Amino acid sequence: MTDKISTEGLSASQTATGEQPAPKGAAELRPMWQVILIRPEVMTFVLLLIAFAVATQLSPFFADATFILESATFYVEYAIIALVLTLIIIAGEIDLSPAAMMAFSACVFAALFKLGLPIGLAMVASVITGALMGIFNGILVLRFKLPSIIVTIGTLTLYRGLAQVLAGDRSISGFPTWFIGIDWKYWFGVPIPVVLFLIATVVLAVFLAFTVTGRQIYQIGTSPEAARHAGIRVQRIKMGLFVLLGVASSFAGMLTASRLASVRYDMATGGELQMVLMVMLGGTYIFGGRGSIAGTFLAAWLLIVIATGMNVANIQITSQLIVMGFLLIVSIIATNAIYARTQR
Amino acid sequence: MTISSPPSDAGVFISARGISKQFAGVEVLSDVDLDLKSGEIHALLGENGAGKSTFAKILAGVHTPTRGTLAINGKQVDVGSPLNAQRLGITLIHQEPISFPDLSVAENLVLGRSQDAVLGRVRWADIEARARELMDMLGIRIDVTRSMRGLSIADQQMVEIARALDSDARLIIMDEPTAPLTPKEVATLFEIARKLRDEGRTIVFISHRLEEVRALCDRATVFRDGVLVGTEVVESLNDDDIIRMMIGRPVKDYKHAMEADIGDVALEVRNLSLRGAFQDVSITVRKGEIVGLAGLVGAGRTDVARAIFGVAPADSGTIHVAGSQVTIDDPSQAIELGLAFVPEDRATAGIFGTMSVENNISAAVPDKIAPRGFIRAALERQLARASLEQLKIRLASLRQPIMELSGGNQQKAILARWLHTDPSVLILDEPTRGIDVGVKAEFYDMIGALAAEGKAILLISSELPELLALCDRILVMAEGELTAEVLRADATQELIMQAAVPRTGSHAASPNLMQGVAAR
Amino acid sequence: MSRFFNELLHRREAGIFLMIVLIAIVVGFIEPRFISVETLRITALAIPLILIAAMGQMMVLVARHVDLSIGSILAFSSIVAGMIFRDMPELPVIVGVLVAIALGAALGLFNGVLVVLFRLPSIIVTLGTLSLFRGFVFLVSGARQVDPQFIPRSLIQMSQTSPIFGIPWLVIIAFVVAFVTYLFLDHTRLGRQIYALGSNPVAAPLRGINVVRVTLLVFSLSGALAGLAGVMYASRFGYVNPGITGVGFEFTVIAAVVVGGVSINGGVGTVLGTVLGVLLLGMVSVALPILGVSAFWQDVFNGAVIVLALLIDRTVRERSIRAMAEARSTA
Repeated sequence: MTDKISTEGLSASQTATGEQPAPKGAAELRPMWQVILIRPEVMTFVLLLIAFAVATQLSPFFADATFILESATFYVEYAIIALVLTLIIIAGEIDLSPAAMMAFSACVFAALFKLGLPIGLAMVASVITGALMGIFNGILVLRFKLPSIIVTIGTLTLYRGLAQVLAGDRSISGFPTWFIGIDWKYWFGVPIPVVLFLIATVVLAVFLAFTVTGRQIYQIGTSPEAARHAGIRVQRIKMGLFVLLGVASSFAGMLTASRLASVRYDMATGGELQMVLMVMLGGTYIFGGRGSIAGTFLAAWLLIVIATGMNVANIQITSQLIVMGFLLIVSIIATNAIYARTQR
Repeated sequence: MTISSPPSDAGVFISARGISKQFAGVEVLSDVDLDLKSGEIHALLGENGAGKSTFAKILAGVHTPTRGTLAINGKQVDVGSPLNAQRLGITLIHQEPISFPDLSVAENLVLGRSQDAVLGRVRWADIEARARELMDMLGIRIDVTRSMRGLSIADQQMVEIARALDSDARLIIMDEPTAPLTPKEVATLFEIARKLRDEGRTIVFISHRLEEVRALCDRATVFRDGVLVGTEVVESLNDDDIIRMMIGRPVKDYKHAMEADIGDVALEVRNLSLRGAFQDVSITVRKGEIVGLAGLVGAGRTDVARAIFGVAPADSGTIHVAGSQVTIDDPSQAIELGLAFVPEDRATAGIFGTMSVENNISAAVPDKIAPRGFIRAALERQLARASLEQLKIRLASLRQPIMELSGGNQQKAILARWLHTDPSVLILDEPTRGIDVGVKAEFYDMIGALAAEGKAILLISSELPELLALCDRILVMAEGELTAEVLRADATQELIMQAAVPRTGSHAASPNLMQGVAAR
Repeated sequence: MSRFFNELLHRREAGIFLMIVLIAIVVGFIEPRFISVETLRITALAIPLILIAAMGQMMVLVARHVDLSIGSILAFSSIVAGMIFRDMPELPVIVGVLVAIALGAALGLFNGVLVVLFRLPSIIVTLGTLSLFRGFVFLVSGARQVDPQFIPRSLIQMSQTSPIFGIPWLVIIAFVVAFVTYLFLDHTRLGRQIYALGSNPVAAPLRGINVVRVTLLVFSLSGALAGLAGVMYASRFGYVNPGITGVGFEFTVIAAVVVGGVSINGGVGTVLGTVLGVLLLGMVSVALPILGVSAFWQDVFNGAVIVLALLIDRTVRERSIRAMAEARSTA
């Protein structure tokens, strides 16, 4: 299913590995412009510019920043999760369950609130639920060594099912007015969810690029074996990331609850696709070790512009699925190709 | 010792002429001429990397020779691929046999042999009957309907041999088949090999165990450094002859540059054992001392190193660092205790290939480059620069991906990574493998200098000259056990090789070996 | 004969069968209504779609891949067939059926080509095509449902009338498909090559197996069977809706297949096991409402069952590896 799955009992293809590589002199350095230009994030940025130009042609609204910001409030819920998912994919794992984690933790929040728990406590419980789901994913992947790509399909179904059991077929609503409509509240003229997304971007970008743990995430994804030999706590860091993803999903779930003023079990159905798409489109390598928060950030805006542009152009939301699926496949192929070139 | 070519007419099955093989520009096999006769069991002998396995793989179509020709029954052939080799009647049986673990034994036997249409019916009854017949021919009892998964290696080998029989293979190459087998299984294998020979087939037998070669083989060919040294009738050779042929490499004139003062015990392991890997290994390394660990591939040396460093901890036994007993379940603990480990498999366990050289150098000392948790590029650069000068790493830029560097420079960067942890104990596993001769000398100087600084060094190497030149003491392992301990003054290649070559039956040091074993 | 039973007892299938019996007994004990011909009928009708798609998914898993897009393929085939029925009522029904199967095969082939050509993990590729194909569904249908009055009577009757013993045509077709799959997988060389490929992909070419061909084949078959399931959807439910038909179907099918003992690590899985896995899931879906348990538990059950099946698979594998290591170390 993935290249990570080991193959059993064969030596023919392994034979050449024991042989001696050619002794080379000091290797040549790649020109700086190449190093920058062939980064996949650049591709994302160019696409973003093109999408923006096209969209502005379609509707004059696009020149208006507030229009974009307002239409972004829906997507940033996924985008916040995609930022954390970026870290997980760089570390060489994947998690397809965050949309379901959003739904279940939001249902826990809503159900507890309905039971009369103070809303603050209900929110805390929701975050704890998110963390627990992340731990469960982490245990299955790390302790039981199941491939994350397939096991999170199982937990995706499981968490979604739990949400359904908890909330049934109804929407839970009746939240206090201060809680609802966060997408219509502004900080510095920017809708709060977008502000939160910006903050998350900055924090995670700094974390990934400048902290030791961030560096180790890349190292783990590049070579888990070498990382372990270098004394890096591979299991601990991966577990931390799974938990962080659970927590982020819970936050995103509450943002959605606030925006819709209600919670249903089918919240964010199919959202995992959008999240994976943002990460892939941002140039993160599906096999780990490479990628950036900046890429995912740009990709999120690219999706916002595309989706909003299609809305403005009166293209049905449902047809947008084609674009999303197409983009996902093309972005993986393109990213792979770019990395294969620089891999030499 | 002269190179005696057998008469090329008498029953030669396959003849190799001028076979050479290069890997990435390095010649690992040069101009091998060899005739293999029908109805003989022919041993290929040599040290690790001498070229015998490469030659066997060329015969079996796994590798294509860079130069040279093969002829079967006098007719020149292009083997090309393993699949084609099978069609030509050549089968290679790997130490870890090719197996489809989820399929039945019978199916593994016939897979890929039928030429019927792909939608043709699989006749299970016929297949199973044929499989039973083959098993009976070999005189082994395996239920042919069970799946391969969980079958012992010996039985898997038998299945491959049965496969070879079924395709009426004329040349069966066994690459170290006996290493994972019990003595009883070895006996069975030999019986079968003889039977096959008596049917007129050619058997090539690659082994380190001289006893086995003596017991089984008719002729033996010795390889050294990619060159065929000689082919002899086994009966005319004694062990010493063979060993001399294997190691005849001149000791490169390297001299210990510095003499280190040997101090207190830095690392001591007592009775370390890991099921299936090594048993009852005790090693002591003192400050300033270089202790060599010699042995053939598969002797368990790397497993011992991995156990000490916590990569794959041992089942039993104790580890003591600087006099106190410690528990090491993870490399991070080993690093805390002042251990460092340069692994054998640089590509997967050493480098972070696509990451920059400076990232690689600083990997084990995050605190030094990130005083408050945030990496300071200047500190990292400084750290890496210091290593460049100290170890003479040649590169274009510190930001370059480490995989673009040559093997020697990659290895220097890994060494640099560990030197920044200021280790008291340094475990080096084949540190000069795949490295230029010139750079090797640099490594020897470095290792000597590190010992002079008072570091305790455990050096695993398959190159005897390297061990002889550098080590104060050499321990020898064979089949998971320590078989000898030799002091520098007494050490010779013969002595070490004799202890390293496994003896069937007992691993106890033989009397002539005891002379060289230090009483310590 | 005793050896036959002995072997049967040790196989995964026996375990699933016992579980089915056990659940039936327990549910029947709590709610005697459960043990009835009616239950049997409902269960039988609950499974044909899943069973047919499961046959395809099973082959994909055996080849060490996975196909997440079958729900969307089902919907696409279903909606196109439905539109043919609606817009070209003069054509014989069989045309719609064949077009559905062919379209399914084509979409499956597309998955296979992406996997083979770009060496991408199939799970990500099919996550993308899951969305892509669903988009096609909306595109070709103009987001309009094909209403019940347009589905041909003859097709709908397939799930109501029976040629024999009151077993509806739909169920019979599903089991015929399963039987043919069994013949293909167990008794043809090509079928065996799928197992060999999944069991050891690196060594497969050494045994003359054309990896590309086999990979394309399993994805195409999976697509074709999902296409067939699409027509059966129209028969069973009497309408096709772009936003509902086949949504989440892939998870149910994957759950059924892995419960049936098909390994995600490739090489392992039988038709019998898969059939039993489908039956087990189908029975649970029937039992839940009878027990008064909310049908919402179905997804929880499916999810838990996937995770559990993965854990069991892992344990079995580890045990055999350990057994081998022990055998070696006692050497």
